[in-house]
Amino acid sequence: MSHRITVAEALVKCLEAEGISTIFGYPGAAICPFYDKLADSKIKHILVRHEANAGHAASGFARLSGKPAVCVATSGPGATNLITAIATAYMDSIPIVAITGQVSTEQIGRDVFQEADITGATEPFVKHSYLIKNAELVPEIVKKAFYIAGSGRPGPVLLDIPYDIQQQFIDFKYPENVEINSYRPTYEGNKLQIKRAAEAIKTAKKPLICAGGGLFTANARDLVQSIAEKANIPVICTMMGVSLMPSDHPLFLGMVGMHGCSAANCAISECDLLILLGARVGDRAVTAIKERDDFKVIHIDIDPAEIGKNLPVNIPVVGDLKAVLAQLSEIIEKCDNTEWVKKCRSERICLTATENENKIGLNPAAFLEKLSNLLPEKCVVSADVGQNQIWTASCLKLNGGRFITSGGMGTMGYSVPAAIGAKSAAPDAEVIAICGDGSFQMQFMELATMIQHGINVKVIVMANNRLGMVREVQANNYENKLVAVFLDGSPDFVKLADAYGIKGEYVNNISEAETALKNLINSDKPYILQVKVDENEKSIL
Amino acid sequence: MKHTISILVENNAGVLARISGLFARRGYNIHSLAVGVTDNDKISRITIVAEGSDYTLEQIEKQLNKLIDVIKVRSLPADKLLARELVLVKVCCKPAERSELIDIAEITTAKISDVSQETMTLELSGNQYNIATFEELLRPYKIIEIVRTGTVAMQKGSEGLRV
Repeated sequence: MSHRITVAEALVKCLEAEGISTIFGYPGAAICPFYDKLADSKIKHILVRHEANAGHAASGFARLSGKPAVCVATSGPGATNLITAIATAYMDSIPIVAITGQVSTEQIGRDVFQEADITGATEPFVKHSYLIKNAELVPEIVKKAFYIAGSGRPGPVLLDIPYDIQQQFIDFKYPENVEINSYRPTYEGNKLQIKRAAEAIKTAKKPLICAGGGLFTANARDLVQSIAEKANIPVICTMMGVSLMPSDHPLFLGMVGMHGCSAANCAISECDLLILLGARVGDRAVTAIKERDDFKVIHIDIDPAEIGKNLPVNIPVVGDLKAVLAQLSEIIEKCDNTEWVKKCRSERICLTATENENKIGLNPAAFLEKLSNLLPEKCVVSADVGQNQIWTASCLKLNGGRFITSGGMGTMGYSVPAAIGAKSAAPDAEVIAICGDGSFQMQFMELATMIQHGINVKVIVMANNRLGMVREVQANNYENKLVAVFLDGSPDFVKLADAYGIKGEYVNNISEAETALKNLINSDKPYILQVKVDENEKSIL
Repeated sequence: MKHTISILVENNAGVLARISGLFARRGYNIHSLAVGVTDNDKISRITIVAEGSDYTLEQIEKQLNKLIDVIKVRSLPADKLLARELVLVKVCCKPAERSELIDIAEITTAKISDVSQETMTLELSGNQYNIATFEELLRPYKIIEIVRTGTVAMQKGSEGLRV
């Protein structure tokens, strides 16, 4: 059955057909026809306070739901404000469908009010994009957009829809399936390669699994753990892989890389077989081993372009991690790597929560340890970028919860909107955003979004009145010449939150932490903690 | 090292921008580029001659394959390469010099495409070497204008690149 409706209405129906319950957006003239029809739908629209945050919120939602999430903006500045969020999602392979209004087709190219070539501007950061000029094709294109965003290696897809196209009438029928000749991701791994991988694991003396964000995408957390347990292989993770295994697991060593823990970094520089799972060997993650030629590498990834890009690989396996690991776990044998595991584990240092008398505020590691102890099993911690990110990624112990952050792009201002998205997707989870006083000031407008839509996100601001990470770089590499890293003029964040009707408190030393954290977690409304941290605290602990 | 890469793409708006953008942002050097529609008007064929190591070539192929509009990518083997460019050269030519230029055209298998009182325009298709030699021969006559296409290429033998 088909009947004639406007493209704007068709778009809403397409989103409903995709099972979209919530979208994040900010309206404007060029997207008004869509909003007009959205009002008649059950889809919940969350009005953010800046378009970039609509994109980040969609990213947080997609990470928790495992499906493409939607953000909407108008033409011109609305669309260009989305670019950072699109690029952030692209770098972390997060499936979002971004819908932007565009000026009318006959006005395109004339530099009219609020016109921007957004498909051109986002070309390097999208998995694919469409500037829709044929109204009849809208249902098929939307179907393709969701398929492309969510399949293979996920990523953002942009739909740019001119104003006049939104108002045209079409015969609406949403396709059930879509085929794209030129796009056929590989899901099943090559059996021979998987067999070779199993043999390499069997003969290795010091095997090591390095797991990345791809495991969340593939929903293959359990499989990694069971393979690690069966073959007794220690596991390290990249920043994107934090929280994929319980921190307490005897085989889990921690995060690898420039800001990683010593156990993970020692293991990666000593292993004789590195098994990379859904990790793209980013420069901040895997630097130590690039000089080595005395070890073998198995790389399993759904994106063939990642294999061999940053590290030569002996056994490449292209495929979906869930499918490949399921195949691998069938043929993998029990291994005795007891000595190796023991050696790896001996490098695990418990970060001591000692207080330095000379410092003001509290020790971030000690604070995060307290937070870890109080977190419920069902939780999401969204870290921002900077020292707060490194502290959280390396010190937080999560046993069942989920850690999210802008890993690839390192986008400041990600944590709060992403937490809003995550909470919308997982309302039962305790969702906490951890940011610095620098990054909080890039996103605190979203406190209003939390209040307006009753989204119960908690915020922890690690405040040292500095752009801490940059300050640290300047202290270490620029002879302590500190430039443009002082945040004097910042508001009192508890008072600021109060202006939004959000309760909060200060945590000036570690003795105040536990009560404050309990208040934060027990609150059934948004809550904020302003945590005092010494500027001399290092991100490499 | 130079590589000749054939790409079959969906004939959609913006596909060339996506491909040239990919080369630019990943630092791959394009030597020449030629685009044209195939016998199926929904599919275009792009020939790119690019400079780079074997690692770069592998990366180019993989990154191109990630683009949704790209259907097939093939790096043509150097020993089976059938490659052609087309050049048009307009040179100064007094009526008295015409016979010299007609000789050159005959020797090089070039065609005389246009003649005026003062000029003659010659056309030649060939590989890069033929065209370079042709240009050298015409240099003594004052070259007024020259236009050269990018390389188009296919593999010799019975194998064909199709969807």
